[in-house]
Amino acid sequence: MTGLRILLGAAILGGLGAAAPFTPLWLISLVTLAMSTGLVVCGLIILWRGGLVPFGQALFFATGAYTVALSGRWFGVTDAFLLIALAVIMAVLVAFVVGFLLAQYREIFFAMLSLALSMILYGVLVKSETLGSTDGINVAQASFFGMMPRGPGYTFALFWLALGMVFAAWVGVSAYLGSVAGQLAGAIRDNEIRVEYLGISVTRLVHLKLTISAALAGAGGALAALSISHVDPQMAYWTTSGGFVFVTILAGAASVPAAFLGALLFEIVRTIAVALLPGGWQLILGSVLLLTILFVPEGLGSLMIRKRVTVSGREAA
Amino acid sequence: MSALLSVKGLEKTFGQVVAARDIDVDVPQGQTVGIIGANGAGKTTFVNMITGHLTPSGGTIEFEGRDITGLPSRKIMRLGIARSFQVAQVFPTFSVLENLCAATAIARSGSSVVGAALSRFASAETSADAEAALDQFQIARFRDALASTLPQGVRKLLDIAMATAGNPRVLLLDEPTSGISLEEKFGLMDVIMGALKARGTTILFVEHDMDIVQRFADRVLAFYDGTVIADGAPAEALGDERVREFITGTLIRSKDGKLGAGRTSHA
Ligand SMILES: Nc1ncnc2c1ncn2[C@@H]1O[C@H](COP(=O)(O)OP(=O)(O)OP(=O)(O)O)[C@@H](O)[C@H]1O
Ligand SMILES: [Mg+2]
Repeated sequence: MTGLRILLGAAILGGLGAAAPFTPLWLISLVTLAMSTGLVVCGLIILWRGGLVPFGQALFFATGAYTVALSGRWFGVTDAFLLIALAVIMAVLVAFVVGFLLAQYREIFFAMLSLALSMILYGVLVKSETLGSTDGINVAQASFFGMMPRGPGYTFALFWLALGMVFAAWVGVSAYLGSVAGQLAGAIRDNEIRVEYLGISVTRLVHLKLTISAALAGAGGALAALSISHVDPQMAYWTTSGGFVFVTILAGAASVPAAFLGALLFEIVRTIAVALLPGGWQLILGSVLLLTILFVPEGLGSLMIRKRVTVSGREAA
Repeated sequence: MSALLSVKGLEKTFGQVVAARDIDVDVPQGQTVGIIGANGAGKTTFVNMITGHLTPSGGTIEFEGRDITGLPSRKIMRLGIARSFQVAQVFPTFSVLENLCAATAIARSGSSVVGAALSRFASAETSADAEAALDQFQIARFRDALASTLPQGVRKLLDIAMATAGNPRVLLLDEPTSGISLEEKFGLMDVIMGALKARGTTILFVEHDMDIVQRFADRVLAFYDGTVIADGAPAEALGDERVREFITGTLIRSKDGKLGAGRTSHA
């Protein structure tokens, strides 16, 4: 990634940040929530490029969210940056451990095993009184550099935090995708035997991908917890995971910014759908997915970037 | 001269099938060894055990004096033993150049996952290595072609070029000329051997065509029923009575019968 692109990205995000005070609060909250989904989807893009689609990414999302809630409740941690760091660390730890198992599997087995693990967490959350059971836990208000903004100020602060996280994720994920490990995603999908015989472990490459995706999902979960001020077991439920896969298909694997635009589009469509058809909003969402697969099978990202002749470009094709 | 690769009492059984037994072979640095044998004689099994694709049921394999028996293939590869495959293994959705870049990038990143995560894929050194391999193996005119669209011979060359990316000391080639027309075989072998000899690579190649073996091998290992029945200079080994009966004789028969059905059916 060139310095110019980084500067451009920073300028766009900075512009959005500056526009916040002139934007309705509900819209800011909606965008913040969409960015939390976008972070998770960034991670799914990394996996998807390697041919892996987890149906249980909510496992790491919920881990991040609950880490924020419990760090506040049990240890009185309020600093937003610290909370997010803790959430990422917990999600990475969980991914590192379950990765020894998950990284052995591919295709539908990978997808289903990931789903199974997320359902176990869901079950634990629902059953455990200390973890808030089905009601979940309220998340205390976070502080920023020792300050506790109130009312609209808090909404702005979370929005700016989200923009910062988006920027960090965008730079970090782009760097990873441009690395040897990132570019080998298509190679793994193509021919694992060849990769192994070039001297590198496919299992460990998949383990790494899973761990990075979990860090992003944990960060997304933390942001969601802060912005909703509440966590509940629904965050680990399979429909949440399904939503992430939905947005990934909408966004495509071609570009990182598309993950965030896809997430934003998803939130907007869902909000409109719920308003139009309160009982049947899934109908509208389903139709959008259907149309995406039929007419933009490579996702929104493919419309945004020119076809590159690099390995990653070809993968997207 | 001490052996670079030393195999002792190597054995492999698949249930009832004995695919390898009592194999003792020492290969000194720089030798080019032709491996012959009828279908199902155990040639690929031998290659698979040395490269860690299969774990031997018995015996030892030493490389540079170090026991490598049963190590995973990627570790053996990193120590300096590479291979190509009977069916060429490439990345079909990558171009030829991208295939080579993947190979050279992994080699440059030290073949570790952490190294691979921290080094950039698109580097001047990686592309320079890849371009050099394109020239060495004379596949530069297919540079931007998708690997899935390549003619068989080019795909074989690409497979071998990728295997050499880490500058292996030993390279095992499993039937480099299979599926190649008779007229093209010699040209293909010339390219392969030219590129490898320039690097001083020790080569073991499996081959069914005795003319090729005679032309390129310094030494011949003849396999029959899982074991080595002759081992020596090409003229000597190919003149061996049992080799003529079981291997070269079989080959003549299988020319008309095509696949040498008599041998494969017991497999
Ligand atoms: N994975 C396996 N499971 C069971 N039997 C096997 C396996 N691999 C090889 N064999 C058997 O071991 C014997 C040797 O096979 P191998 O593939 O080494 O022969 P080859 O000399 O390479 O033959 P070809 O010229 O056909 O490639 C055969 O009888 C084969 O059927
Ligand atoms: Mg064979």
